[in-house]
Amino acid sequence: MSKIHVSTSINGDAVEYLCEPEETLLDVLRNRVGLTGAKEGCGSGDCGACSVALDGRLVCSCLVLAAEAEGKTVSTVEGIAEGENLHVLQQKLLDHAALQCGICTPGILIASKALLEKNPDPTETEVRYWLAGNLCRCTGYDKIIRAVMDAAAEMRGA
Amino acid sequence: MVTEYKEGSVGAEFNKREFKVVGTRPPRPDGVDKVTGRALFGADFTAPGMLHATVLRSPHAHARIVSIDTSGALAMDGVKAVVTSEDFVKQTSSGNQDTLDNCMARGKVFYDGHAIVAVAATSVKIANAALKLIKVEYEILPHETDVDAAMLDSAPVLHEGRKFRNIPEGNNANVSGYWEFGHGDMDEGFAKADIVIERSFKTAATHQGYIEPHATLATMGPDGRGEIWVCTQGQFMVRDLAAAFVGIEASQLRVTASEIGGGFGGKTTVYLEPVALALAKKSGRPVKMVMTREEVFRASGPTTSSSTDVKIGMTKDGRITAGQAKLRYQGGAFPNITAMLGAMTAFASYDLEAVQTQAWNVLTNRPKQAAYRAPGAPMAIYTVESVVDELCQKLGLDPLEVRLLNAAKKGTLSSYGPTFDEIGLVATLEAAKAHPHYAAPLGPNQGRGVSCGFWFNFAGNTSVSMNINEDGTVAVIEGNPDIGGSRASISMMAAEELGIPLEKVRTIVADTNAIGFNDVTDGSRVTFAVGLATIKAARAAIQNMCGRAAQIWGIDADAVDWVDGAAVPTGHNAGDFPPMSLAKIAADSAKTGGPIAGHFEVNADGAGVSFGVHLVDVEVDPETGFTEIKRYTVFQDAGKAIHPDYVEGQMQGGAVQGIGWALNEEYIYGEDGKLQNAGFLDYRIPVASDLPMIDAVILEIPNPGHPYGVRGVGETGIVPPLAAVANGVSHAAGVRMTELPMSPPRILAAIDGAK
Amino acid sequence: MRFESPDTIEQAIGLLNTCEGTSRVLAGGTDVLVQLRLALVEPELIVDIKHIAGMRDITAEDGGFRIGAAVSGAEMGEHADLVALWPGVVEAMELIGSTQVQGRATLAGNLCNASPAADSVPAMVAANAVATIVGPNGTRECPVADIPVSPSKTSLTKGEVITSIYLPARPDNSGDAYLRFIPRTEMDIAVSSAGVSLTINCDGVVTQARVSLGAVAPTVLVVEDASSAIIGTKLEDAAIATLQAACSAACNPIDDKRGTVEFRTKTAGVMAKRAALIAYSRAGGSK
Repeated sequence: MSKIHVSTSINGDAVEYLCEPEETLLDVLRNRVGLTGAKEGCGSGDCGACSVALDGRLVCSCLVLAAEAEGKTVSTVEGIAEGENLHVLQQKLLDHAALQCGICTPGILIASKALLEKNPDPTETEVRYWLAGNLCRCTGYDKIIRAVMDAAAEMRGA
Repeated sequence: MVTEYKEGSVGAEFNKREFKVVGTRPPRPDGVDKVTGRALFGADFTAPGMLHATVLRSPHAHARIVSIDTSGALAMDGVKAVVTSEDFVKQTSSGNQDTLDNCMARGKVFYDGHAIVAVAATSVKIANAALKLIKVEYEILPHETDVDAAMLDSAPVLHEGRKFRNIPEGNNANVSGYWEFGHGDMDEGFAKADIVIERSFKTAATHQGYIEPHATLATMGPDGRGEIWVCTQGQFMVRDLAAAFVGIEASQLRVTASEIGGGFGGKTTVYLEPVALALAKKSGRPVKMVMTREEVFRASGPTTSSSTDVKIGMTKDGRITAGQAKLRYQGGAFPNITAMLGAMTAFASYDLEAVQTQAWNVLTNRPKQAAYRAPGAPMAIYTVESVVDELCQKLGLDPLEVRLLNAAKKGTLSSYGPTFDEIGLVATLEAAKAHPHYAAPLGPNQGRGVSCGFWFNFAGNTSVSMNINEDGTVAVIEGNPDIGGSRASISMMAAEELGIPLEKVRTIVADTNAIGFNDVTDGSRVTFAVGLATIKAARAAIQNMCGRAAQIWGIDADAVDWVDGAAVPTGHNAGDFPPMSLAKIAADSAKTGGPIAGHFEVNADGAGVSFGVHLVDVEVDPETGFTEIKRYTVFQDAGKAIHPDYVEGQMQGGAVQGIGWALNEEYIYGEDGKLQNAGFLDYRIPVASDLPMIDAVILEIPNPGHPYGVRGVGETGIVPPLAAVANGVSHAAGVRMTELPMSPPRILAAIDGAK
Repeated sequence: MRFESPDTIEQAIGLLNTCEGTSRVLAGGTDVLVQLRLALVEPELIVDIKHIAGMRDITAEDGGFRIGAAVSGAEMGEHADLVALWPGVVEAMELIGSTQVQGRATLAGNLCNASPAADSVPAMVAANAVATIVGPNGTRECPVADIPVSPSKTSLTKGEVITSIYLPARPDNSGDAYLRFIPRTEMDIAVSSAGVSLTINCDGVVTQARVSLGAVAPTVLVVEDASSAIIGTKLEDAAIATLQAACSAACNPIDDKRGTVEFRTKTAGVMAKRAALIAYSRAGGSK
C-alpha cells in the first residue's frame, strides 16, 4: 500500500508529509513532523492531551486521520507563543502554578485558547465544562481554572 | 493560604529564621518548557535506527504456559528481535524475581494483561502484526480476583511457598503476609466504652491514573554498554533492576529520567525498561516501547483493594476507649507490604490506651500492585474515620471536638509503635474548626463530612552536588525526577542557603552516571531529603568559599563567616575587609585553588510525619444516587512550605484523587477474571466539571528533622477524602455507606434499602 | 487499508459497493478511529464523506432543518435557529464526549454506531427525525427509529450511506428535551436516558407527546404509555408519576459495568420525568 501525500499548514508553516492511511494526525505530528508537544494519553479521545485546532476547531488529534488534514490548518501548542513572547494563557498557567507534571498542559492550553476565542468572558462553570475533556491528574484543576479565568480577564482588558 | 504557626518551642525556633526565598511563589524553572511543548517526556525520545517493540499479553486471568512458539513472528519481514522470560537472568532476591516475572511471565500467567513475549520491529504496525503470529499454548487454571474469596480454602492457589512472616494457622497459601500492631488491653478498653460500633468495609482497587503512559527507549551495543531514557520516578531503580535482569553491571547502564507525566507511586518500578534493554541487546539497535492506555490499566500497578472489619468503643463524652481493625488487602499476584502500612496508619491520628490492628496480604489474579500515594493508608483510615463519624453521630457529638479530644500529639505512643515528636494534628483540627466552612449552613440533601489523615513520609538515600560557576551562578545536580515542582523548591533552598538570588540557580536532574545514588521519588521525600542534602551541599560550598576568601585576605579560614551571599571577616583579629561576594570568589577561583563545589550524600532520617484534616460538603440526588461535591477544604501540616503554590497543589491534587476513589474509580473484573474498564472512558477519574475549587490551608508546624522545618507533603492529601466524602454522603443520604466507590447505583440501592 | 475522500455521493457509493472486505464511512471519526485503534475493526476501505456537497450543511427545509451527515455537534450548537426549534436534539448531540469530540462527532455517526446508549438517538426518535439514505439502488427515507436494529447493527445495506437527517417542522408551543444519567458530570456513556418531545395548547394542556428511552434496551424504546399518560394533562404530579412509572415499566436493560438493571430501570423513569418537565417549560407551559 503506497503512502498518502498530504499538504497542510501547521502553526502557519506549509508542511507536506507522507502517511499511512491508518495513521492519525497525532501520530504524524509526533513521529513524522517532529512536533511532540501534543501528547498521547489514551488514543481514544478521553483525555484531551492531544488537543489541536483543526481549521480553528478544537479536536483530539488522536481522533483525526492524518490524511484528513489535506488542505487544512493545524495549530499545536508549539505555535501558541510568538517568538520569545508567551501567550497570556501560557503566562497565567505559570503565574498560577497551574501545572505539576505538565503532560496535560499542551492540551489545556489549546482547549482554553479555543474557549476564549469563542467566549471571552466565561463563567467558572463554563470553563470547567469546556475543559471536562482535558484530564489532569495532578492539580485537582483548581489552579488551572483560576489561570484560565485570569487570562480571560486580562485578554478582555479587565 | 498559609497559616503561621505561633506556638510551641520548636515552632518558635524555626519562625525566628527570616527566609528570603523560601516561602515565596516564583515561577517554576521547567515551566516555560512545559507551556511551549518543548519539555521532553518519556514517549518524546527517538534515536537513529530506532526499532519499536510491542508486547503480547495474556488474555487469561490464570494459566500455565505450556509452550510459546515465536517462529512465525521472527520470520516476518521487519521483525528484528523477540524476547521471553528465557532471555532474562534468574534473580537471587525473591522481590527482584517477582518484579522480573511481572515484566515477563515465567511459566505461568497470573492476570489478564500479564506480558509474555515482546517483539521489536521496524514499526509498531509490524510489531503488532508479528504478535498475532506468536502461538502460546495455555493450560487455563481457575482464578480469583476478590480478596475475601482468595482467602477461602476453596480458592485456587497462585504460588506455593510464598508465605512470609509467621502466618497464623488457618490461612491458606494465598496469604503471603501477616502483621500486627498495637498496645494496651483490648478487653479492658472495650469494657470502658458506653457504645461500641463494629462495621465491615470494602474498597476497590484504583489506579494512579497518570496521564502519561509508561514509555522508554533503550540502546545497547555489542560492548555491553547500555543507555535507557525513561519516564520514571527513579532512574537509579531502573538502572539497578534493568541491569540485573539483563545481566550487566550497574556502571555499564546509564539511565536518564525524562520529564515525567505523573507517577503518584506508579512509576517506582519497572515494566518495559528491562524488556526494551533486552531487545536492544538482541537486535543491536535502539528500541522504543510505549504502553497503550489499555496496557497501563491492565498491566501496570493499581493499588490494593481491601476488606476491613473495624471495632471502636467510645464513652458518652467522646473518649475513644479502644480501637481494633482487621485489614485484608490484595495487591495482585505477588507479595507486597501495603497491608502492613494500612495496619500501621489506621489509628495513627489517635492517642489510644488500647489499640490493635492486624493485616493480611492475599494473592489474587490481578496485576502486581504498585505504590499509590500513601500506599495502604487511605483505605485503612477510611474505615476508622467512618466508624468514628458514626459514633459521633450516635452520641450527638461534634466530629471535630471528638477528634481534638482524642488527637495524637507530641509524646503520644502511636498505634504503630514510635512515640510522636512535634506533630501538627491538633493545630490542623483547630484550624478546621475555626474555618468558616465548618460553620456554613447546609441545604437539602446535603451533608458535611470530616476526616483526619496521616502519612509517615520517608527520607532515604540522597546525593546532591553543587557547582559554583565562575560567573557567580550555581548549578545544582540532583538525582530525583521532578514529579511536582521539586526543581523549584530545591533551587529555592540552594538560593536561600547561599544567600543569592533564585535566578542565579539552576537545578537539573542528572543521569545515573552523573550523581551519586538516590532512592526513587517516593514517600514525599524529595523536598525533605534532597532539600536537606542541598542545604548541606551549599554549606560545604560555603565552607570552601570562606576558605578562599580567607586565603585572599590572608586570615584564618575560621575567621570568615558567610552572610547574605558573601564572605565576611568575623571576630576580633579578622581584619577589616568588605564582604566578598559569591560571584567575586567564583571569578577568582582559578587563582585560589580551582573550581568550587559542594556535595552531600546521606541516607537521611528525620522525615516528619504529616497530618491533614479535610472538610467536604456533598449533595446527594435521592432519585439517582448522584453525588455532587459542593465545597471542599483541605487543612494540612506541611512543616515549612518552601513553595506554597506547589504545597497547595499537592494538597488539592491529593484531595481530588481521593474524591475519585471515594465516588467512581474502581477496577471492575468480570466473572472471566478480565478487566472490564481498561480505559479513561469507564475508569472514571474526576473531570474539571465534577469539582468546586479546592481550598487549601497550609499549617506550618516545623519538622525538627530538617534545617528549614520541611515535612513531606505529597501523600497525606489523598488519605482523608475517602472517609470525608463517605461521611458526607452518609449524612446526606441518611444511610451509612460502607463500600467504595460510592457509585450512584450503590448509593441509590443503599437509600432504597434503608426505606 | 485504503483511504478515499470522494467529491460526490455517487463515487462514495461506488467505492463502498465494490469493496469486497470491511469498509467504514468516515464523517467525524470519533467512533471509527477508536475502533481502529483498538483493532475492533480492520477495514479495507475508509471513505471520508466530508468533501461531498451538502454533507457539512444545515439547511432550512419546509419549516424544519436538514442536517448533513458530516455536520459536527459544535456546528449544530452554533446554529441559533436549529437550537430554537429542536433544543432537545441539539443538547443530546452536545452531550456526546468532550468539547474536542464535539468538534467532530455527528448525528449520523452517532446513529450509525448503533449503540443502545447513543445520546442523540432517543432525542431524534422523540423528534420523529427521518434519515435520508443514498445507496446503489437510489435514495430512500427512513425514520431514525428504524435504523439501529441491535447493538452495533443498523438496517443499512451494503453501499448505503446516510447523507442527512431531517428534523421536521413542529407546531407552535412545542418543546423537546433530553436527559441522561451518568456517574460524572461529563465524559461518560449514558447509563439511562430519556427524550421527550411535546406540544401544548393555549391552555397549557399537552396535545401531542413522544417519549423515548435510551440505554435500557437493545435499541431506543418509544414508550406509548408514557406519552398517553401526559397527553390531555398539564403535567400535574399524578400525570408525571404515571409517565415515570410507565417508563420504568418499559425498561428491559442489562447489568454491566456502567449500571445495574435495577438502577437503569429506576433512573430511566427519573430522567423521563425531568425531561418532560423541561420540554413542557420550553413549549411555554408553566407549572
